[in-house]
Amino acid sequence: MTNWTRTEMAARVAVDVPEGWYVNLGIGMPTMVSDHVPAEREVIFHSENGVLGMGPAPTPEEADPWLINAGKQQVTLRDGGAFVHHADSFAMIRGGHLDLCVLGAFEVAENGDIANWATSENDTAPAVGGAMDLAAGARRLWVMMEHTTKDGRSKLVKRCGYPLTALACVKRVYTNMAVLDVTPTGFAVVEMAPGVTRDELVAATEAELSF
Amino acid sequence: MIDKTVRSMAEAMDGIKDGAVVLLGGFGSVGQPDALLDGLIEQGAKDLVVVANNAGSGRVGLARLMELGRVRRIVCSFPRSQGSVVFEELYRAGKLELEIVPQGTLAERIRAAGAGIGAFYTPTSVGTKLAEGKDVREINGRMQVLEYALHADIALVEAWEADRWGNLTFNKSGRNFNAIMATAAACTIVQTHHIIPLGGLDPESIVTPGIFVDRVLHVPAKRVAA
Repeated sequence: MTNWTRTEMAARVAVDVPEGWYVNLGIGMPTMVSDHVPAEREVIFHSENGVLGMGPAPTPEEADPWLINAGKQQVTLRDGGAFVHHADSFAMIRGGHLDLCVLGAFEVAENGDIANWATSENDTAPAVGGAMDLAAGARRLWVMMEHTTKDGRSKLVKRCGYPLTALACVKRVYTNMAVLDVTPTGFAVVEMAPGVTRDELVAATEAELSF
Repeated sequence: MIDKTVRSMAEAMDGIKDGAVVLLGGFGSVGQPDALLDGLIEQGAKDLVVVANNAGSGRVGLARLMELGRVRRIVCSFPRSQGSVVFEELYRAGKLELEIVPQGTLAERIRAAGAGIGAFYTPTSVGTKLAEGKDVREINGRMQVLEYALHADIALVEAWEADRWGNLTFNKSGRNFNAIMATAAACTIVQTHHIIPLGGLDPESIVTPGIFVDRVLHVPAKRVAA
């Protein structure tokens, strides 16, 4: 079987992002999605630290320490971009103005619950950042993550075991094995990576799948 | 003549009391008022409650203030980040109280305080352990959590430009929490890279009007943010 690479996953997500959407990409793998949106397709990227219209990483000449994204990496601003303060930035998120947010996750449940901020009930000082606001506030929440953990456990589960970030809000999941929609009857497979078979996907997934 | 500029760090820090609730601007190191933090370390107030997005990194600034045992409680959204060693040490040793707040709820609690709003309901954190013990009710068909305004005694803010009335502009993503924190404290203290003569700032470009600002200290950039 041939799983998608991280780059291929990012490219696959980007295919589904149409022109005109306002999009927040979570820290980590989701950040790679913007590299795969063609420049002529106008998608406006938001960063929760107050940047709307974020562009790619700067060239050495463009580098500006005052212009960072939520992952604290230096970025650029596209023509038409704007800076806002934190309350306005989160009004965009919490007020339902973002068309899409793509987050990473530890687990997604078949009812759309997401766990992506703490790996244990005993971890009393996890870093939530803007994850709960994004999960609850964006019009669409997609998750981009490996299908299984490093030790082979399914990250698509019947019920999340890790502390929840938000309830019943994930609409779609992109993994290295498949694209799956979260439907009222659970995960529905939209597409599988080339060479991945149904049996392999079912074997790698704790939750029930429909094809 | 109104003149909110102060001549010295001592003047900027004057009157900050033990037990004060201090809002600290910045997102990571961008927009963080480093000079004022050093001033607060020097000034000596202790038993502080610090409200900031992050819990400091390395052993300077906020991390130094915590390491000196001057912070009783920190309210933040993202305590663990690269280099947050002092936070880790103190928290593990039980020497620091922590309140984790979703970043948007943190921003809105501060905004609400500045706008005279006592509390609000938000869908953020419903069904999670950050909503435990809080009032939850259905509003407009959605479950929402009650969150209270977060008032402060002091706000420490970094601006890009300021005039003697305390009108402020910010630089790019350096605006972040600074503009809202300026509204939510009994005393807002600003460090600014540039002092502009009154009338020199374009009124359309002023982000924080001077009504929200009490003291302005000129701290020309010595280093770039990282």
